[in-house]
Amino acid sequence: MMQIIGTWIAAGLTLAIFSFLYKDNPFYKFAEHLYVGVSAAYAILYVLYFDVKPLLVDKFISEQGGERWILLVPAAFGLMMLARWIPKVSWLSRWSIALTVGIAAGLGITGQIQGILLPQIRGTLVPLTTVNNVLMVVGVISTLIYFYFSAAHKGALRYGARLGMVFIMMAFGASFGYTVMARISLLIGRLHFLVYEWLRLVK
Amino acid sequence: MRVFLTALLLGALGLPLLALEPPSGLQAADTPNDEGNSLTISWDKSPQDQGDADRFKGYQILRSESQEGPFAEVGFAIGGKTEFRDNVEPLKPYYYRVVAISPEDSAGTAAVGPALATAQWFDSSRANVLILTVLICFLIIWYIERAKRGEELFIRKIQGLDAVDEAVGRSTELGKPIMFSFGLGEIKDIVTVAALAILRQVAVRCAQHGTELLVPNWDPLVMAAAQETVQQAYSEPGRPDLYKEGNVSFLTSDQFGYAAGVDGMMLRQKPGAVFFMGYFYAEALLMSETGHSIGAIQIAGTTAITQLPFFIASCDYTLIGEEMLAASCYLKKDPQMLGSLKGEDFVKAFLIVGFALAALWGTTGHLLFKAGHPWMQGVFQAVKNWFVTG
Repeated sequence: MMQIIGTWIAAGLTLAIFSFLYKDNPFYKFAEHLYVGVSAAYAILYVLYFDVKPLLVDKFISEQGGERWILLVPAAFGLMMLARWIPKVSWLSRWSIALTVGIAAGLGITGQIQGILLPQIRGTLVPLTTVNNVLMVVGVISTLIYFYFSAAHKGALRYGARLGMVFIMMAFGASFGYTVMARISLLIGRLHFLVYEWLRLVK
Repeated sequence: MRVFLTALLLGALGLPLLALEPPSGLQAADTPNDEGNSLTISWDKSPQDQGDADRFKGYQILRSESQEGPFAEVGFAIGGKTEFRDNVEPLKPYYYRVVAISPEDSAGTAAVGPALATAQWFDSSRANVLILTVLICFLIIWYIERAKRGEELFIRKIQGLDAVDEAVGRSTELGKPIMFSFGLGEIKDIVTVAALAILRQVAVRCAQHGTELLVPNWDPLVMAAAQETVQQAYSEPGRPDLYKEGNVSFLTSDQFGYAAGVDGMMLRQKPGAVFFMGYFYAEALLMSETGHSIGAIQIAGTTAITQLPFFIASCDYTLIGEEMLAASCYLKKDPQMLGSLKGEDFVKAFLIVGFALAALWGTTGHLLFKAGHPWMQGVFQAVKNWFVTG
């Protein structure tokens, strides 16, 4: 019984969201507000039960020695974010933001160099012995010229940048088609739910 | 005669003629370039290890904390393997034996050791990362210092930036608000930091014209940073009274919940201009299509390669990848941002020249290799390998 009720609710909400294709209406408004509210509440509970509780509270109780007290440092930074509610000390929240951005930037430098820059350099170091290699080297060089900001795109640079844009657009075209295919599969998934599980038109 | 006939019979049956021999040359040594929590055990294959799994199973790795034992099994390496990495406690002596295992027999080596696992300060296999990091950081700091001294550093104008003022002006004329979305970027993403610089510019223009600015957020930390940015931006032209904290709000941390919320806001508040700046996933097209349907002028900028095609198709202007970061530098003219961009540009120029020269060198090397002169090819391969192994 509960499964049938669940299917009807899911089908009703799916149709309410689809009704947006016609125009904004009370059904869509209801589904949208429900979705936003439920997902926000779910996110808060998720953070509490999968981050704060196991990584801070439980660890603080179970850990012994110095490691236990180190946990108070991230806890303090977390509490500083809540200082935004008190205007006099709201500036404290900037410390937490600064710490997060700083750590991410620091870790990101070596991560980007090792994970992205080095493999791409290695992949582009090829002899011009096949059409594929020629296309790849020309494509990489011309794209780099397009993203070179220290000189205006004039003279030879203009042609290089234009060629780079052609390569970029070809890559985007391929990506566009590929992603559209993926989106259609999502649509098929919802239609499959409506036809097979809700209406049971096909068995 | 009897021995000969027995050997012939065993050979015909495919059975080993000799007793199983243990591996030779057993060594236990600290694993290089690690945190000091493993030892590498290596050996030379047993003569009976000929790649036939039916006749030779593999090597049993035994470990003890004293030379006399007792030894306990810590791992098993299949036939053909000559190395095993054992996870151990740092700076503790360990002794090892390796036992060759066949279906009928086993033969072990004498114990070797003691071996101690120690941490290395420097991972030599990542020297290439260190060299490139130091080089790039040096260039960026050098350019930042030049910018700080007031030196004029040229950056070409980014197409689409004029549209920022055009979009704000148009919204003001129509008496409509402006919407700014960071997508699903987190505060630790550099693209979000760049988007904050663009938000500041948009907020200054909104304050000057008295236009309402709406910033729905997916991430609470980004929301906090956006509130700070907008509040400061409204103070610049002397209109802090126009700043409404509720306009820079948190929606939800769910991807499609956020998209549904932004779509709803667009339909009801009908912004005259929408900015999509930050990191986006599948929600990009849902939101930009809605913006297009209400007739808003839309400007997008992201480093998300998979979403850029959708923004190009549905928005009036799109800042592609690093253009967005350059745009924030162009707008803010902050020495640190300018220096970073110029440093990156130097690396790009170096790579452009480097790739062209490497392609010529590699092609010539390939042709000479075919003619029997391998040295150029060898140098090319060595350079290529350096980018992998350091």
